[in-house]
Amino acid sequence: MSNQNLLEIKGLKVSYQADGKKVCAVNGVDLVLEKGETLGLVGETGAGKTTIAKAILRILPQPQGHMDAGEIFVDGENLLTIPEAKMRKIRGKKISMIFQDPMTSLNPIRSVGDQISEAIQLHEKLSKTEIQQRAIEMLEQVGIPGSRYGDYPHQFSGGMKQRVVIAMALACHPELLLADEPTTALDVTIQAQVLDMMNRLKAEYGTSVVMITHDLGVIAEMCQQVAVIYAGEVVEFGTVEEIFEKPSHPYTKGLFGSLIDLEQDVERLSPIPGLMPDPTELPTGCKFAPRCPNCEEACRKGAIEDRKLSETHRVKCLRAEEVK
Amino acid sequence: MMAQILEVKNLKKYFQTPGGELHAVDNVSFRMEAGTTLGVVGESGCGKSTLGRTVLHLHESTDGKIFFQGEDITRVDKKKLKALREDMQIIFQDPYSSLNPRMSVSEIIREPLKRKGGRTKAELDTDVERLMDLVGLAQRFANSYPHELDGGRRQRIGIARALSLNPKFIVCDEPVSALDVSIQAQILNLMKDLQDQMGLSYIFITHDLSVVKHMSDEISVMYLGQMVEKASAAELFYHPIHPYTKALLSAIPIPKVNIERKRILLKGEITSPVNPKPGCRFAARCAYASEECKAPQTLEEVEPGHFVSCCCSKKFI
Repeated sequence: MSNQNLLEIKGLKVSYQADGKKVCAVNGVDLVLEKGETLGLVGETGAGKTTIAKAILRILPQPQGHMDAGEIFVDGENLLTIPEAKMRKIRGKKISMIFQDPMTSLNPIRSVGDQISEAIQLHEKLSKTEIQQRAIEMLEQVGIPGSRYGDYPHQFSGGMKQRVVIAMALACHPELLLADEPTTALDVTIQAQVLDMMNRLKAEYGTSVVMITHDLGVIAEMCQQVAVIYAGEVVEFGTVEEIFEKPSHPYTKGLFGSLIDLEQDVERLSPIPGLMPDPTELPTGCKFAPRCPNCEEACRKGAIEDRKLSETHRVKCLRAEEVK
Repeated sequence: MMAQILEVKNLKKYFQTPGGELHAVDNVSFRMEAGTTLGVVGESGCGKSTLGRTVLHLHESTDGKIFFQGEDITRVDKKKLKALREDMQIIFQDPYSSLNPRMSVSEIIREPLKRKGGRTKAELDTDVERLMDLVGLAQRFANSYPHELDGGRRQRIGIARALSLNPKFIVCDEPVSALDVSIQAQILNLMKDLQDQMGLSYIFITHDLSVVKHMSDEISVMYLGQMVEKASAAELFYHPIHPYTKALLSAIPIPKVNIERKRILLKGEITSPVNPKPGCRFAARCAYASEECKAPQTLEEVEPGHFVSCCCSKKFI
């Protein structure tokens, strides 16, 4: 593997046990993220985006979550084979995560300053005052006055809570930041502020980011690489230009078709018919086949191999070259 | 000229809070024609949901008038309200919490019909079947419970329930915000089809600007309980005048690459709606704010059909 890659995921498979059934959440995912870049994971609810992030940090819900196969390399080290004690040193330090819902990811009975300090205290050998100093700096970095160190989460608005969560995630200057829908719960003007701030902090600390979102607008704005996730598989992977200008998987095309174009007036949208398949009974062959307009006999047999459309662009579709 | 379905005059809804009076809806006026959609857009806390709910008497208004089909319905008794509810319905935002988890799909859709009375069990069954077909819910889900279904299907249940009594007017309070884009597009298409088939009028409340543009004939933008701008959908998107509308529109992340993004980043966050000072409520975040803005603002027609509440609007036209 090239030294440029900070994160490399190979053949990742994750499943959950629910009511005696096996839920196949992630089904053979390969991803790479170069240092300093932002990789977008885009897909709908239940596609397995968050599970991928949780697998990287090894925080899958226990006992129902199970890593079935695969390797996750960060800086060449396979995270899935190292002992838990070592993993604890990595979480929040080398790799940290911004969780989706700022309303529930903060502890309501501890001040926000304390919660930021906790991360620093765990990972850095600093004195109490230095830790507090650093936490205050982080708050100010995200645009919250340091004087609010002692305030509690309920005293902040949604946008400010999300900033606190971001400050917490960045407190130890992680190399890899997993941002799970960091702006989904926010209003657009506040989202604009937060995205702007994330880009600024990313440039300042040289952090590489995995950005999980269902919003293609956010992807276009933040990411260099995009992976489109469907039913636990990467159905298309490429640079942001390739995905937006030459979408090749019918699912990716369907996603774009579902969007409302602000510059055009269309009477009806063209959504993808049907629903995502039940993850306890995934179709053999292409997972998208039941909803695909171009599906043919061969698509339903056996696993679909990736096809390379360019050095950086790959797609999991038998008919990618044929159907334009 | 089309028939007017709803008119709201100087509507106010204040809530008493420990900190003082919270002006959730403050002096809002508008009228809408039957069969059209009025989009109400704004950020959390701007009073858009309170506006919708006050119109429906889910909140009692503090002041102002509400006319439905020409009739003053500002103050009504219980009996009248029950009759009104047949004509005025709501689709809620969250298809997870707005459905009773202990009722099956068919029971949920049947409930309003049962309460209205006058139908035999067999008629109720036929009606439920018809409504499920209408919103695209397969009959095999009739005995399922909401938790067994995905968000899109649950929202279809909410729509079927709202349609069960053949209403004329529906407040749609963020009906697709909890849904994924491909499902969102399915529901939006369904809502448009139903509007065409049944001649429904919608108040469509959302924070999603692209959704509001797609669905609405007219759009009003709310900020801290007040309507700051109102115009036809196209006019509002192509010629926004109020500085808040401009910032709001520029903040939409556009799913395109290699385009130039001109973004107006607003300072700070929405200020408190408790005991607001007279004068422009957006002034604290506005790049153009001046002394003049401290005076109370009124919604004025600056161009035909285009209303703006900003004393500096002439500068921006």
